[in-house]
Amino acid sequence: MTGRPTRIDETFARLRAGRELGFIPYLTIGYPDRESALKLVPALVRGGACAVELGIPFSDPLADGATIQRASQVALQNGVTVQYCLETAARLREQGIDVPLIFMGYFNPLLQYGLERFVCTCVEVGVDGVIVPDLPPNESDELYTLCRESGRDLIFMVAPTSTDRHLHEVAARASGFIYCVSLTGVTGARHRLPEELPVFLQRVRAVTELPLALGFGISRPEHVAEVRDLVDAVVVGSALLDRLSSVSLAEQASTAEEFIRWLRSGAEASATAGEGS
Amino acid sequence: MTTAIQRARSLPDERGRFGEFGGIYAPVTLLPAIEELIAAYEDARRDASFQVEFKRLLREFVGRPTPLYYAASLTEKVGGARIFLKREDLAHTGAHKINNAVGQGLLAKRMGKPRVIAETGAGQHGVATATVCAMLGLECVVYMGELDVQRQSLNVFRMKLLGAEVRPVRSGSRTLKDAMNEAIRDWVTNVRTTYYLVGSVAGMHPYPMMVRDFQAVIGHETREQIVAATGRLPDAVVACVGGGSNAIGIFSGFLEDETVELHGAEAAGEGLETGRHAASLTAGRVGVLHGSRSFVLQDEDGQILEAHSIAAGLDYPGVGPEHAYLKTTGRAQYHAITDAEALEAFQLLCRTEGIIPALESAHAIALAVRLARQRPRDQIIVVNLSGRGDKDMHTVASALGVTL
Repeated sequence: MTGRPTRIDETFARLRAGRELGFIPYLTIGYPDRESALKLVPALVRGGACAVELGIPFSDPLADGATIQRASQVALQNGVTVQYCLETAARLREQGIDVPLIFMGYFNPLLQYGLERFVCTCVEVGVDGVIVPDLPPNESDELYTLCRESGRDLIFMVAPTSTDRHLHEVAARASGFIYCVSLTGVTGARHRLPEELPVFLQRVRAVTELPLALGFGISRPEHVAEVRDLVDAVVVGSALLDRLSSVSLAEQASTAEEFIRWLRSGAEASATAGEGS
Repeated sequence: MTTAIQRARSLPDERGRFGEFGGIYAPVTLLPAIEELIAAYEDARRDASFQVEFKRLLREFVGRPTPLYYAASLTEKVGGARIFLKREDLAHTGAHKINNAVGQGLLAKRMGKPRVIAETGAGQHGVATATVCAMLGLECVVYMGELDVQRQSLNVFRMKLLGAEVRPVRSGSRTLKDAMNEAIRDWVTNVRTTYYLVGSVAGMHPYPMMVRDFQAVIGHETREQIVAATGRLPDAVVACVGGGSNAIGIFSGFLEDETVELHGAEAAGEGLETGRHAASLTAGRVGVLHGSRSFVLQDEDGQILEAHSIAAGLDYPGVGPEHAYLKTTGRAQYHAITDAEALEAFQLLCRTEGIIPALESAHAIALAVRLARQRPRDQIIVVNLSGRGDKDMHTVASALGVTL
């Protein structure tokens, strides 16, 4: 393994040292505008994002709910390709963005781009990790090896339905952090988080020392307050995109920044519920 | 036939692979459900009482065995090899889809899942699933592309009569692929209570294997019937291929008979050169769609393309991984049949034999006619007539310029 600790490792080490909860917003590259990410990512970082997940759009996102489906369709209409996503990451680094950048993309576009070419280009442009929602550990040999050899983190997901054996399989391959899916379902903003969440997260903690990031359904400061002592970071996607889709292009960046600040209010000890929404 | 469900061959391997094809490319939430399904299916397959019940329902509910019919007039008209039709159109609900629906419906019941979901294109699988759920007392939700809901309104009504809820899918191309996306999303969400009854040999393991095993009855019957009728094996077996379940079903009976050619008819739609077709094996590239690695219609960037066929049941940009394997190993050959050729074959069969085939099956008839023409009378071609054409009256009328 080359290049450890990685930018992702360092980020989580810093969060743990400061007893801080990390915020990882998700954006679909090319939504709502082809170049939106170039303005939105700096705004999210200003708002306090510890890392950013960049969605590579796919025509058939079967783990995603209506919001990200629509964002993916718009992005594809805007001509977004895997190559363009890599170029966007490069331009963000040129702008001085130094938080971890993590791609989230379905397997087929990566496969067609060429897995080796994809991982090499991730190294060149400074993308730190990849999440592939339709690539479970058993099918991940090639991408896993490529990532490991080049110091990238292939981020695996676990779900409340995961058996102990699955958790162990993931723990054996995981690096960077483990992405915990909060509920049985697709992505999308929810009113409340499932009650069995603490038990699920304890089961994951039992098999790994790695940081845990919780995603799917997190959309309000109250959700953040509920889970802040259980995980190292939260991932917020659909709720952010829903918010962005309700404002004009000119207001996008400031809205993104405020949204992260608003969510972060849930992590503060004295957080009061309900403001701003 | 020794058992009702015969394992047609040693593939797939334990990872669900047919050579490099197949596999389980699924969201993590589903992995435990998939493993539970694999275990439950293996257990059922080895359980004599399950086999007996499946066999009984195939006989008494589905009406099997379906006949093998010598199409004398069609043979005469074409003037070449003798053409036999395996009459899956005579099965209950009018297509081969019921074989698999009965098998998986029994499995859902055995697994204690009260709710069944399915995707459907032409509506035949949806009708078959709704039928079996009605018979077994299971709740049934069918996802169907909005475009298919419009062009197959008769089947939508049938499903509703049978007590199923039909949910139109408005995303993407609003056809079979999008219905499958939506069914998978439902499964991810309701995985603890829900059985996903996949209708074809596509999708993630174990579906390509399980659906093949339940459809293999077509091939085993056909083999016995053709030998009984003619004293020998056929020279060629022909079937249409969308996802590919009726083709795998009939091919399964002949895979080890090396002298028997296997031919699949894919939908060339308006012509391969127009890009408006559904010929994944002929014109697609290897990729991953709906949980398995196979041939897929896709652009340079790996985005899935919209398929097109006059036959809603063939209108799918992927194909079952076992077909990908049979193609690359050379055991089966795949050909592309246009909408126009299928329509011509459709009318030919109506007039020569008094049989109205499904538009899907008409693709197989067109290919069989093409092959038969080039061959002498002493050769035998068996076609899987996978379904009947009642559901296609509106589509055919409109294609022929007739207003109903």
